[in-house]
Amino acid sequence: MDLIKEVEKRNLKEGLPHFSSGDTVKVHVKVVEGGRERTQAFEGVVIRRQGSGARETFTVRRVTFGIGVERIFPVHSPSINKIEVVKKGRVRRAKLYYLRKRTGKAARIKERR
Amino acid sequence: MTKAILARKIGMTQIYDEQGRVVPVTVLEAGPCRVVQVKSTDSDGYNSIQLGFVDQKEQRVNRPMKGHFQQAKVNPLRFLREFQVEDPGQYKLGQEIKADRFSAGDYVDVSAVARGKGFAGSIKKMGFSRGPKTHGSHYHRGPGSLGSVAPARVFKGRRLPGRMGGWRRTIQRLLIVDSDAGKNLLLVKGSVPGPRGGLLEIKESVKSR
Repeated sequence: MDLIKEVEKRNLKEGLPHFSSGDTVKVHVKVVEGGRERTQAFEGVVIRRQGSGARETFTVRRVTFGIGVERIFPVHSPSINKIEVVKKGRVRRAKLYYLRKRTGKAARIKERR
Repeated sequence: MTKAILARKIGMTQIYDEQGRVVPVTVLEAGPCRVVQVKSTDSDGYNSIQLGFVDQKEQRVNRPMKGHFQQAKVNPLRFLREFQVEDPGQYKLGQEIKADRFSAGDYVDVSAVARGKGFAGSIKKMGFSRGPKTHGSHYHRGPGSLGSVAPARVFKGRRLPGRMGGWRRTIQRLLIVDSDAGKNLLLVKGSVPGPRGGLLEIKESVKSR
């Protein structure tokens, strides 16, 4: 197992902000468009964090024009420029799948400070 | 020249390539191996080398094997495997074979004893399709027809449920993503037969151009 960690070490990012499910984050993703590269931000609530080491991923959920959009990002992906924590949320479970069935006021998350 | 090495499967993980894409890789601890015996057409009728891998305690080796290792002037080794080579003159007894024989971009064939799966049905074993689960089908995972009634028997070679795995399997044309001779590591794209910690034979791919 240690040899696997050794291999993964090269791909791990350092200085990532601390965040967990319930937090609102802004993910700056590199997008290649017709040979040109630019950064696009995706802001939403983290509803899941799973895996460990180089395989760790998190899911960000946001609702745009009444349609729920979820994106799964590898935490250590080189195509993520920056992860900003916008808001810390207070939640009582690790996986917030219940948010998918809720809209409006019921889908709010209390802020933690 | 044929390239070959013995390795141990460590496990799988993923790394990122230059474009930031995820590449699934298997981590292998390849070598250091020792050449224990060199066979040539003159002495044995065919050309091959015998490689040894993983040190073995002296007390676990019987006397005939001790003599075999002494001839090559190497310490006792746990696994011995033979590889056919074109030119055995290039190899010396006791020579060390390390992971740097392979470099990133090479294609290899990996052979090992696959994990035993026990008595498996035709769906898992041969990829047969299944019947409907519902609508009163009463036919779920069976193998289907075994042939016509005319010969009043089942022809040999009919694929039927039975033991699966536990035999030697070779995966061809796996790409080497990275190699680290210092740590004796090889990163191979994709999966490899056998359990973690299992012995693998790695050869230059027969299909590489």
